[in-house]
Amino acid sequence: MSANVLPASAALAYAGSEVRATYNDKVVRQFAIMTVVWGIVGMAVGVFIAAQLLWPALNFDIPWLTYSRLRPLHTNAVIFAFGGCALFASSYYIVQRTCHARLFSDRLAAFTFWGWQAVIVLAAITLPMGITQSKEYAELEWPIDLLIAVVWVAYGVVFFGTIVQRKVKHIYVANWFFAAYIITIAVLHIVNNVAIPVSPTKSYIVYSGVVDAMVQWWYGHNAVGFFLTAGFLGMMYYVVPKQAGKPIYSYRLSIVHFWALISIYMWAGPHHLHYTSLPDWAQSLGMVFSLILLAPSWGGMINGLMTLSGVWHRLRTDPILKFLVVSLSFYGMATFEGPLMSIKTVNALSHYTDWTIGHVHAGALGWVAFITIAAMYQMIPRLFGKQQMYSVKLMDAHFWIATVGIVLYVTSMWIAGVMQGLMWRAVNSDGTLTYTFVEALKATYPYYGIRLLGGLMFLAGMLIMAYNVWRTVRDTQPVDAPVLAPAIGH
Amino acid sequence: MIRQPASVFIVVFTAINIVACLWLMWWTARARVATDTSDEKSAKGSGSTKLPRDSRGRAPSITRPTGHVWDGDLQELNNPLPRWWLGLFIITVIFGAGYLTVYPGMGNFAGTSKWTSVGAYEEQVARQRAKFEERMASLQDRSLTELASNGSAMATAKNLFGANCAGCHGSDARGARGFPNLTDEDWLWGGDEQRLLETIAQGRHGVMPALGGVLGAQGVNEVASYVVSLSGGKAPADWVAAGEQRFATLCVGCHGADAKGNPLLGAPNLTDDIWLHGGDFDSVRATITNGRDNQMPAHQDLLGDTKVKLLAAYVLSLSEAEMHAAN
Repeated sequence: MSANVLPASAALAYAGSEVRATYNDKVVRQFAIMTVVWGIVGMAVGVFIAAQLLWPALNFDIPWLTYSRLRPLHTNAVIFAFGGCALFASSYYIVQRTCHARLFSDRLAAFTFWGWQAVIVLAAITLPMGITQSKEYAELEWPIDLLIAVVWVAYGVVFFGTIVQRKVKHIYVANWFFAAYIITIAVLHIVNNVAIPVSPTKSYIVYSGVVDAMVQWWYGHNAVGFFLTAGFLGMMYYVVPKQAGKPIYSYRLSIVHFWALISIYMWAGPHHLHYTSLPDWAQSLGMVFSLILLAPSWGGMINGLMTLSGVWHRLRTDPILKFLVVSLSFYGMATFEGPLMSIKTVNALSHYTDWTIGHVHAGALGWVAFITIAAMYQMIPRLFGKQQMYSVKLMDAHFWIATVGIVLYVTSMWIAGVMQGLMWRAVNSDGTLTYTFVEALKATYPYYGIRLLGGLMFLAGMLIMAYNVWRTVRDTQPVDAPVLAPAIGH
Repeated sequence: MIRQPASVFIVVFTAINIVACLWLMWWTARARVATDTSDEKSAKGSGSTKLPRDSRGRAPSITRPTGHVWDGDLQELNNPLPRWWLGLFIITVIFGAGYLTVYPGMGNFAGTSKWTSVGAYEEQVARQRAKFEERMASLQDRSLTELASNGSAMATAKNLFGANCAGCHGSDARGARGFPNLTDEDWLWGGDEQRLLETIAQGRHGVMPALGGVLGAQGVNEVASYVVSLSGGKAPADWVAAGEQRFATLCVGCHGADAKGNPLLGAPNLTDDIWLHGGDFDSVRATITNGRDNQMPAHQDLLGDTKVKLLAAYVLSLSEAEMHAAN
């Protein structure tokens, strides 16, 4: 630890004689455990539908096992159940510790936990039944949308209430990102889901035609930008310096990349609608802002990696650091690939192919899941009064099996996607298309096999994690950590 | 060019967002000591003192923490923004400005190139079509039968079939339930050259009315029994007999007294054991009860004369190949 860093024990000493309040770690523990559970459920569904692409008979002619119904279940489960629980857990954990204050309201915090679990269970029931708004990543019907809105507002009250009660003047950078993510997701969710209900299970979105498409992808892309990027950057800004025992590399880089990221992300949605009936000017703006987004996105990666530089020697012994390094690397790669794919001429090749699937999973598995896994391995022992996970070897095994899994998944989808794009556009000398659609599909089969293997390996890693977590937390008494007094001068 | 207020609104917000990012970079990139906050007095010097730059005019690397501490040991340094990163940011902004000058993006401003995606599409399609027509000009006045035996024309037609027809009729043109087999000698709408060209160019719409209401459940059973028996299927004799009577009043209009169909209406021959929607008793019963509504889309506007002709010849060649194979 560098001499500039105040040791935790020093800060503890100042609070010595005060009556100790504790952090509300109960809700953090609940969300942390459910992160692991929903991660396994969501990824298992993903593995199952990946197998269906290879062997379509696996739907057994049962409507609620068909690909069309399970695919939204997979995306909702991994994004909103796994990712959502991880964000709730880490934001509650981090906001308390960086504000030196207990959560604003225990009751509201408990409501967000049970409310969010209710949303997930309702999604798991209604989506296989075929009840859907048919909007990607916003499939859930209006009664569930209303529940999400209520839970989310409660989340905002708990989070910002805690910020208001902070005992330090400066708001830590992680909390900027959590704040932006909570506010923006509320706006996105409410605007995108404005609908006229006709029955408890059916509603009509108020937008129509190209306006509906634009609102949907404004929502869809910013769900990626604020839920899967800003939210997890908040997590990164705590887990990385804590694990490395080093200060954040650059405060001013935090400022620039935060404001640039959140303002520019807002415009990028139209790149999902290149070469459609969306007006050309909107497509162009979507592309230009996606390109300008590259540097702000990389700001977070630079801040993370430069904070880690100096502890590379510990990579041999600390699997959490390994997860962090790979996570930031995939973040940098995916946020380079995104602007690249938003360029219209590249998009003409990549759109509608499995390249998109590869891109999404580089971000979802490599960045989101890995930073989450690192955060859980860091937080869970502390939440249950332990110094370390039950087994470092199992964490290491998890790291390697999951990393190989991601590489297999992403590279197979890259190859498949570029191949599909090239086959679809290949033209003979007589001007006819060289390949039929079904030939491109047939050529994709081996890659679907490799992707399934990659997905299985990633799922296996999650099962190892679940075992490790169970061995860590069984026979323990949950401990609520005492509220730490702020360091001198604050 | 820029007329509507909405357009001005778009331009202004686009510019404000980009300029604000540049300003923020410029503001934070200036060399300042680590603590740009007023509450930090313990550090050497006040918050706004400028540090000397190195020989290349770069801000010094600042490795002292800002003084903010959270959660016991969380601190932050205030290193300068990496030069290459700033450069990357500025390059993307310059590219963006250039792109929005040349291409449409700034509200109603069409861009100096006047490019539109619709224009680009139509130009490409026109160019390809002209090239194709030129290449195929020599085949213009051949009959379908001649074309069907022309190897290079059929190679082109096979690709056209794969791209335009195989989605429904299958790669081998043998069809699927609801989509007719094109390799046999059975034609719903007639198999002569003119009819074939019409089918592809204008499309076909075959409708079998729902007769469940008129016939009742028992009536449907009887007619279905009769229809199945026409192709040699097994059915209760009394139902077949009763069904034949009903058929004579209700079905002959389209399918004919001999049940051999009518290609002018697309009414199928019911005696040849070739079934579009299934020939088992339950499928036939469903067809009679609920009717069928089957559509072949028109391809004239999509493909143009030459391609329609090539495809008609290809379909003919398939049936001929089938006949040769049978013989």
